[in-house]
Amino acid sequence: MEVLSVMHYKEYGGTNMSEVIVVTSGKGGVGKTTTSANVGTGLAKLGKKVVLIDTDIGLRNLDVVMGLENRIVYNLVDVVEGNCRVKQALIKDKRLSENLFLLPSAQTRDKTSVSPEQMKELIGKLREEFDYIILDCPAGIEQGFKNAIAGADRALVVTTPEVSAIRDADRIIGLLEAAEIRRSDLIVNRLRVDMVKRGDMMSIDDVVEILSIPLIGAVPDDENIVVSTNQGEPLVGNDTLAGQAYMNICHRITGIEVPYLDLESRKGLFKKLGNMFKKN
Amino acid sequence: MGLMDFFKKKNSGEVAKDRIKLLLISDRANCSPDIMENIKADIIKVISKYMEIDTEGLDIQITQTESEGSNGNVPALCANIPILEMHNGAPKKEKSN
Repeated sequence: MEVLSVMHYKEYGGTNMSEVIVVTSGKGGVGKTTTSANVGTGLAKLGKKVVLIDTDIGLRNLDVVMGLENRIVYNLVDVVEGNCRVKQALIKDKRLSENLFLLPSAQTRDKTSVSPEQMKELIGKLREEFDYIILDCPAGIEQGFKNAIAGADRALVVTTPEVSAIRDADRIIGLLEAAEIRRSDLIVNRLRVDMVKRGDMMSIDDVVEILSIPLIGAVPDDENIVVSTNQGEPLVGNDTLAGQAYMNICHRITGIEVPYLDLESRKGLFKKLGNMFKKN
Repeated sequence: MGLMDFFKKKNSGEVAKDRIKLLLISDRANCSPDIMENIKADIIKVISKYMEIDTEGLDIQITQTESEGSNGNVPALCANIPILEMHNGAPKKEKSN
């Protein structure tokens, strides 16, 4: 895998203010929820105080990927409608002590139950408590998308190296610009290095060139993702390739430059891991 | 499959890249029929200064064309403008691309 030299990730900001990040893609099934779960968990592992919000009303999924589905009492719509206080609806992820919380979506309501203004108000309250607010956006460009981006400072645009996913990502990038989201970064998901090598898949560079927004990370198509989703435990930070790729993305979100992962070989991964920790 | 076919055959990754590039040109330009009609009207206005053209037969579309450089196919705006008569010089009837 060629080392990406085109995009250098620059440190952004440097303030202690909280940041609201929407994870979006346009197309469904490219890995928004998996990315949200791993980025949220990863940032919490880095010691940040994080809340994940599932904004996909009617199709609740983030709770399952996080393994917190049995602990839901109240949801996003309850909070917005004032049926409970915000704190009552937040589910604490005990694996990360006081650092990670989930605000689940409502399964039996529809997207019109929440308005962009209500989302902004909710986010305003959460900003006081958290370093990072991660919004898992639904597929599509309708009301759910508008709700999810309403209060966001920046976006992570997830795509796979496929024509349909890239097309939708391009549309989303246009809409994010129109909504004056101050920065959007690209995550290329489900990359298969063997296929790229043989010319049967677009490379990271190809996708970055086409969408022309900064790359914040590439995640290989890794069986371990399925395993971790089965178990309800995000794999960020463990010794799998995907786990490392997600952790690198988390570092870059916080403004720390880390080298791009060599997705080609699994050999010497521990050595690389060692190097990575030395740098930080 | 002959040897020549083997060399001519494009990788599916390249095919995908060409397709998405073309697709995004029309998506980004928001090439609705309206905008295409506007482009057409403007082309007619400009060309008509120099020659008489068949405005009914004029056709524009976004297609792919072989790049002069090494990067394969690139999107191009192709206009097919039938000329009826040149304003200056001998009257001609021909098609030009």
